[in-house]
Amino acid sequence: MSKPIVEAREIHKHFGHLHVLKGVDLEVAERELVFVIGPSGSGKSTLLRCLNRLEEPSSGSVVVDGIDMLDPRTDINHARQRIGMVFQSFNLYPHMTALGNVTLALRKVAGKSRGEADVLGMAALERVGLADRAGHTPGQLSGGQQQRVAIARAIALEPRVMLFDEPTSALDPELVGSVLEVMRDLRQSGMTMIVVSHEMGFARNAADRVVFMDDGLIVEQGPPAAIFENPTQERTRAFIGQIQRH
Amino acid sequence: MIESFFNPEIIAAIWPIVLAGLLNTVLLSLIVVPLGLLGGLILALLATVHHPLVRWPLMAWVDFFRAFPPLVLLVLLFAGLPFAGLELGGFACVAIAFFLNTGAYYGEILRAGIDSVPAGQVEAGRSTGLSRLQAMTYIVLPQAVRNVLPDLMSNTLEVVKLTSLGSVVAVPELLFQARQAQSLTYNATPIVLAAIIYFLLLWPLVRLLSRLENRALAGRR
Repeated sequence: MSKPIVEAREIHKHFGHLHVLKGVDLEVAERELVFVIGPSGSGKSTLLRCLNRLEEPSSGSVVVDGIDMLDPRTDINHARQRIGMVFQSFNLYPHMTALGNVTLALRKVAGKSRGEADVLGMAALERVGLADRAGHTPGQLSGGQQQRVAIARAIALEPRVMLFDEPTSALDPELVGSVLEVMRDLRQSGMTMIVVSHEMGFARNAADRVVFMDDGLIVEQGPPAAIFENPTQERTRAFIGQIQRH
Repeated sequence: MIESFFNPEIIAAIWPIVLAGLLNTVLLSLIVVPLGLLGGLILALLATVHHPLVRWPLMAWVDFFRAFPPLVLLVLLFAGLPFAGLELGGFACVAIAFFLNTGAYYGEILRAGIDSVPAGQVEAGRSTGLSRLQAMTYIVLPQAVRNVLPDLMSNTLEVVKLTSLGSVVAVPELLFQARQAQSLTYNATPIVLAAIIYFLLLWPLVRLLSRLENRALAGRR
């Protein structure tokens, strides 16, 4: 394993009385694709959100690409440019065009001129196959297209790591394929990716590692074949059995 | 009847006085509406700070100025402040009173608009490195304003009507000028004229508001 680009140590997260993360360690190597699975409420989305500090861990440390994310002296807005995030509900800005969505941070955070940002934004839309939709607003796009614009918005900033929080869960089944296609393409370009998702087929043939979480802890992890065919833990077995029945 | 309520000779004579009043009403509106919006924006932005030291004083402030009758506030500033050695003109008093009173109303409207924007919008922006303020400026506020546009319009309508309060502190706006003209002519015509002008000034706004409200209702369906 090459040197880790994401290192999370002993992450705890409390929401009031709820102890959502109970000491999670996660290391992700450069160019690795890690799948995080687990029942709802197991803390997998919270873990993902702790990595770019959308959620403030109660304790522990997070280092991404050499930057200590939890150090108060860290310029978090600068650090976040290196960590792209894709959300379950897309979260596109409805009052802007697709291109406007992709170029906002390029202009306001990366400091590009409108002309430069438009060129980079169009290139990002091209990568997700939606250059011809640049002038459309989110309301005029299908769910699958919206999610691909959201991916373009993240990759336009040339992040070192991409976080996907259930990227296909809100999509109609026939639209899932186009989003997975874009993710596969990203993977082939060598992007480091951490994906919270239950797309088992995709995990099986694209993931380097599958991490199974339950009740705020990592229960078991390993190559997809090992986790899916031969889980060693009873909880993993039960969960895999449940989702495969569907 | 026409003699004392809509006398053409009197209209011709006092027309310049009333016109000056109309111009002042428009001018006053152009000053107090942005002032109120500014005050409202400040209050709405403060409301996004969920710290008890901000929240409680803010709530007290908004409650106080919404409960306090604007006319009383205006008279208090105009007639009360001189006793504190601070003599402001009528115009300045109107500006301050409106900043305080209508600002509180605009603030509540804008706050509702900001609350109507899903949290995921800010998270998406922050995840790309936008600061809190940038996310507010470029992502939240444009959507917030659009979501409460009919309410903002409706409040603006009220604010323009309330500028007639200026007459109480001798600001030469439309109502004040009409009253002056009335006392010069011993005739009700100037007041009738002012009433018609108020209606003609506000009616297009009312129509526009109705259309916005219908569109908002249709959009919700």
